[in-house]
Amino acid sequence: MAPQTRKAAIVGGNRIPFARSNSAYAQASNQDMLTATLDGLVARFGLQGQQVGEVVAGAVLKHSRDFNLTREAVLGSRLSAATPAYGVQQACGTGLEAAILVANKIALGQLESGIAGGVDTTSDAPLAVGDDLRRVLISLAGARTLQQRLKALAGIRPGQLVPEMPRNAEPRTGLSMGEHAAITATEWEIGREEQDELAARSHQNLAAAYDRGFFDDLVTPYLGLTRDESLRPDSTVEKLATLEPVFGTGGPDATMTAGNSTPLSDGASAVLVASDEWAAERGLPVLAHLVDAQTAAVDYVHGGEGLLMAPVYAVPVLLARNGLALQDFDFYEIHEAFASTVLSTMKAWEDPAFCKDRLGLDAPLGAIDRPKLNVNGSSLAAGHPFAATGGRIVATLAKTLHEAGPGKRGLISVCAAGGQGVVAVLES
Amino acid sequence: MSDWYRDFANSGVGHTITKQLGLPRPAVLRRYEPGAPLLDGPAVIGSAGESRLRDTLTAVLKDAGVPVLSPVVADGGTDGERLGAVLLDATGVTGPADLAAAHDFLAPAVKRLGASGRVLVLADPPSDADSPAQVAARQALEGLVRSIAKELRNGGTANLLLVPAGAEASVPGPVRFFLSGRSAYVDGQVARLTAADVPGDQDDERPLAGKVAVVTGAARGIGASIARVMARDGAHVVAVDVPAAGQSLADVANEIGGTAFQLDITAPDAAERLIAHLHERHGGVDVVVHNAGITRDKLLVNMDAARWNSVMAVNLQAQLDITSALLDAEGVLRPGARVIAVSSQSGIAGNRGQTNYAASKAGVIGMVRAWAPAFAERGATINAVAPGFIVTEMTATMPFGTREIGSRINSLQQGGLPVDVAETIAWLAQPSAAGVNGQVVRVCGQSFLGA
Repeated sequence: MAPQTRKAAIVGGNRIPFARSNSAYAQASNQDMLTATLDGLVARFGLQGQQVGEVVAGAVLKHSRDFNLTREAVLGSRLSAATPAYGVQQACGTGLEAAILVANKIALGQLESGIAGGVDTTSDAPLAVGDDLRRVLISLAGARTLQQRLKALAGIRPGQLVPEMPRNAEPRTGLSMGEHAAITATEWEIGREEQDELAARSHQNLAAAYDRGFFDDLVTPYLGLTRDESLRPDSTVEKLATLEPVFGTGGPDATMTAGNSTPLSDGASAVLVASDEWAAERGLPVLAHLVDAQTAAVDYVHGGEGLLMAPVYAVPVLLARNGLALQDFDFYEIHEAFASTVLSTMKAWEDPAFCKDRLGLDAPLGAIDRPKLNVNGSSLAAGHPFAATGGRIVATLAKTLHEAGPGKRGLISVCAAGGQGVVAVLES
Repeated sequence: MSDWYRDFANSGVGHTITKQLGLPRPAVLRRYEPGAPLLDGPAVIGSAGESRLRDTLTAVLKDAGVPVLSPVVADGGTDGERLGAVLLDATGVTGPADLAAAHDFLAPAVKRLGASGRVLVLADPPSDADSPAQVAARQALEGLVRSIAKELRNGGTANLLLVPAGAEASVPGPVRFFLSGRSAYVDGQVARLTAADVPGDQDDERPLAGKVAVVTGAARGIGASIARVMARDGAHVVAVDVPAAGQSLADVANEIGGTAFQLDITAPDAAERLIAHLHERHGGVDVVVHNAGITRDKLLVNMDAARWNSVMAVNLQAQLDITSALLDAEGVLRPGARVIAVSSQSGIAGNRGQTNYAASKAGVIGMVRAWAPAFAERGATINAVAPGFIVTEMTATMPFGTREIGSRINSLQQGGLPVDVAETIAWLAQPSAAGVNGQVVRVCGQSFLGA
């Protein structure tokens, strides 16, 4: 047993540019994208034929044939076939959770190195047959005589032939994530203009980061795409203001548009995590360390809390455990599922009543310095292939911290479907 | 990208037809394979005058296991096996009269030369001579060698090595290169050696073992080939290309066990970032190959500033900036470092529609010549390689006629392959090439352009 824990190092990352749904990666499967992303990471760090401790990656939308998705991607990659792998799924928190899992094993001394990642496609999505038809087909497969087979087939009705599409909706409420976010936005009185401002800044920051070569060692082009397809470098508040609302349109003051909500996207990301020693032996950099992490969940069904508000609860727990104030960070990465989510999250932390009643705090966490937020762009501009977002953020923040110099600290906050949240602290 | 005509000319019926019609009959060149012998047949060594390199040459051949036969006389028997190489040590030539000995030795020997045979002449540089007669005789050898190169058929090449007094230790590496299949498409060239501290313990199967080599423009074409050959020769290759080419760059890096480094070499901080990367990941660098290049062809009168500037920025300014920064960076360019810049036949001969490209590639030649003394001072070298017509994806899109003519107007009557350029560059990176500095080696099959 390891006598004490150590902090896992973020060595670097790789992702493919994120594509819009049914576009550049329409023909690429999750396995294709994850394999390409692993291979890009292998090329960047010279890991050909090497065995890393574990590869942990998940996908939110998964075909049943992809039951061993991550291991299959490893076998198709240039990594040693002796590299173990497993999958995880925590909705939009998948990628960050994977990084935490790898980092924790490294912290305990169970691993010296690992790769955490995630992949999602909304284009090559799994279609399923409806439950009625599925039952017919199962009994057909189990039928032994001709009579039994005919009887089973007789159960088929035309209406059963329509496949079930995966939906971006909460099973327990039937509401889409956008509708949920719109409820929260109304609750917190988040205005249209501030959402558009946040969205425009996301595009401008991401474009500037690309222009200065920030992503040269974080992104590897794929299938002809060299930058994120959703990125609009010339995005402005004025242009965004012209868009019609798409969520919460039942109410009088709908504010959420396609411009201040993340588009459906395809993509994959991976992060190389290791012990300091493992990195040093190979002459590899340590961009940052993963200091600590926390998850939380809220009862959005009956408890009166917003679907995407769980990170608001996770962060104070994380801060208290580490003796930190919300203002003790040099950079903040708050996943932009919707601009209104980021704004609601920050507003909640500033609200004395909410912090006292819901979070049980004596004083509100307070405001964060906005110029330190999502400085190299986030999901509104990059797109958000669900499970790939965590890896994008971890690698981006680790490099941002590394560039800023030693001793810098960053906070990651990712909201997830099912009323969950995953947050973490990185330090250079 | 097969050479259909070469394959036809080497087929049974094609052989007959091309021979009877007097058509060009390009040979299938002998190219280097790891483990291949230095030569396919024995060698003969002759001299003209009181020469001084005979023992060196004999030792090179003996070490490589090549049998050395006695020179044959003009009317001697020719029933013996075909020669792999004919070496003439002409370092003793003092005047035109001594050249008769060269003729006496070469004529019967070259007649016995086998397929992809080598003629290699070693002489003193004309510029170092004592008298006009000596200069004339030494210069005459250049005309002799270049003409032999044009007369040779069946893949044979002829080259001239100029060896100044004191540079004898620099001879073995270049001799091995010019005899081997690595120099398949290097023909009719003159290379001048200099005195240098040549390490004696090179593993010829893996001459770059333990070296870190940067190759720019490595995602495809000639650059990818350079990366492959360098990795084959033992180097860890840092494959560099623009971020947009990252997918194929990663494929190349993964294929050869190297690393991919996406970088726009024209970015203002490109040199700084490259040096930081090399320092952090590898503690320094041994070999830098400036291969990245672009073309933006237009006749001069129609050429806009964007075409001119982008070609200059990638092909010349980036090479200058990165090399300069490497020289300035403390301890990054390791002792014995090698910089090899890719120039072009266009930079020597000029090319219609390529004023920008030719200017940049001629500039590269000026650059390596100017920097050679500074590199020599630190035990390093800087050289240029100038490819001729090399068969790539780019030439595959040329119109048929242009491509066929372009590929045939050289002494080997065929286009070279990316690997031919790569082999020459990898040779210049070898420790045993320490005595080759400030040179421009053309890989052009003795092209008629700019010859």
